Amino acid sequence: MTSAALTTVQLAPGQAAWRRFRRHRLALAGAVIILLLILGSAFGPYLLPFDDTYIDIMKRFAPPFSGAHILGTDELGRDVLARLMMGARVSLSIGFVAMVIAMAVGIAVGAFAGFYGGAVGAVLMRLVDAMLCFPTIFLLLALAALIEPGFVTTTVLIAATAWMWVARVVEAQVRSLREREFAVAALAFGSSNLRIMFRELVPNAVAPIVVAATLNVAKAILLESYLSYLGYGIQPPAASLGNMLNNAQIYLTSAPWLAIAPGVAITLAVTSFNFLGDGLRDALDPRMNIP
Amino acid sequence: MARYVANRLAQAIMLLVIVSAIGFAILHLAPGGPLSQFAASAQMTQEDLDRVTRQLGLDRPLPIQYLDWFGRMLRGDWGRSYRDGEAVLSVISSHLGATLELMATATIIAVLLGCWIGVLGALRRYSLFDTLATVGAMIALSIPTFWFGLVTIYVFSVKLGWLPAGNRQTVGDGSFLDLLHHLIAPALVLALVETAMWGRFMRSSMLEVINQDYIRTARAKGMPEWRILTVHALRNALLPMITVAGLQFPTLLGGALVAETVFTWPGMGRLFLDSIGYRDYPVVMGILMFSAIMVLIGSLLADILYAVVDPRIRVG
Repeated sequence: MTSAALTTVQLAPGQAAWRRFRRHRLALAGAVIILLLILGSAFGPYLLPFDDTYIDIMKRFAPPFSGAHILGTDELGRDVLARLMMGARVSLSIGFVAMVIAMAVGIAVGAFAGFYGGAVGAVLMRLVDAMLCFPTIFLLLALAALIEPGFVTTTVLIAATAWMWVARVVEAQVRSLREREFAVAALAFGSSNLRIMFRELVPNAVAPIVVAATLNVAKAILLESYLSYLGYGIQPPAASLGNMLNNAQIYLTSAPWLAIAPGVAITLAVTSFNFLGDGLRDALDPRMNIP
Repeated sequence: MARYVANRLAQAIMLLVIVSAIGFAILHLAPGGPLSQFAASAQMTQEDLDRVTRQLGLDRPLPIQYLDWFGRMLRGDWGRSYRDGEAVLSVISSHLGATLELMATATIIAVLLGCWIGVLGALRRYSLFDTLATVGAMIALSIPTFWFGLVTIYVFSVKLGWLPAGNRQTVGDGSFLDLLHHLIAPALVLALVETAMWGRFMRSSMLEVINQDYIRTARAKGMPEWRILTVHALRNALLPMITVAGLQFPTLLGGALVAETVFTWPGMGRLFLDSIGYRDYPVVMGILMFSAIMVLIGSLLADILYAVVDPRIRVG
């Protein structure tokens, strides 16, 4: 350690984390963009004169900045900006809800496997390994083909293909934390296994869990866009960032603006969550060094 | 070494059993199960359905059915396509070449470019190049592959007219140059995400190696810098990349599916999507299992190869 390190004032862990996070400018930018996207998709539709499903066949394929249609209109004369906002609302909601489900399943499986170890842990973790053998998009499409598509099924399917990484992270954390003094003390205290798992061990693994959750939202938004683009996610007339691109390919030569806005929105949202996750990783646990 | 390989092989076989059980469960999740194809026909009476159920052995207990299905899979009998009655494995193998061609090209591009970017970024840490590469990699990982494909088609096919907008060859042509011309865009699109991943892993691997004692020793004894880099640093930093290749495989397969769809590339991914559209469950399940087995074998090979080149693994 250098002398500079010795003279630094000791900060509370939360304060130190906030300082490290603030230094991560891209993560801050990501957080701001996420906030703007949420606000825009929540309140934006009320500010526009157009409904996202309002069809005006006389004004189809209006290019951007034609009259009140800031981003132009699509093949049915629907306002692209209105659809973009509603689409972002759907995509972000799916991202968050799928993340919550995936985290709940992943944390539960990881905690049980890490805490009990032995046969229980081995069986659960082999299940995780086996699920990870299936390329995500293949598994997602095969399952989606069997089920009636919609908001709920899309969300559940995305969660069903995303919980395994969380389980791996939590399992590793719980397995190592289980041997620490505070866990042993809780056991000596007579705490039940469930209590030790979810009140002592999991809260102590909060840093990697928060990071995994953030990256999970990014992944879920991306998967929704793949699924809906391929036609097995959110179904028209409802808009999602992915299904707006479904038709865009057909009109790529005549109306390229249909492809630009949703694609940029997806990239922006996913990049923001990824940068935020990166920043949180640096801020919450400087020792975690996963590329 | 033999013991390590045997151990790893046993693990892979156990995983294969679980993977196949998951595949079997999904197959039976299908509406109407494997019978749906027959139930859809209006001419089928209940007696007919019962007879088919008995003929296909669907009246037996599920575990027996699973063992039977698993046994047939091992023998290469993966069922027949609903569409034309062709054996599933031969349908898959007739589309596999195009996919492998795409994946191999993208991997070569990604490995060369990614390793170069990663090494340079690690050597000039926090330089402008490193910052741009790190941010660029993050954005590359966040762009939906299909959208990047659309943008590529718009710019290079629609606007500039340099590249074909899809397909593997011009109808009636098919010379080497024509094939190459069609390969460029989908391979580059697929390579984008891969390059970003390889770059990130290579950078962190290189950073770890250049802070090792043996690099300092090499420097202290006056070895020229280029020799330290190529002989000592690079060779060691490349070792963990074998694992990355194994880890990347599922992403690569998934990316190939998307690239094939955008560029109407006649590979396994396109076949998969078409089969889903036709509700051709035997082919859908066949490709799902086939891709999982490819991933399984890929990670097994990566682990064994890593143990061959790095003795610390097999001893430790």
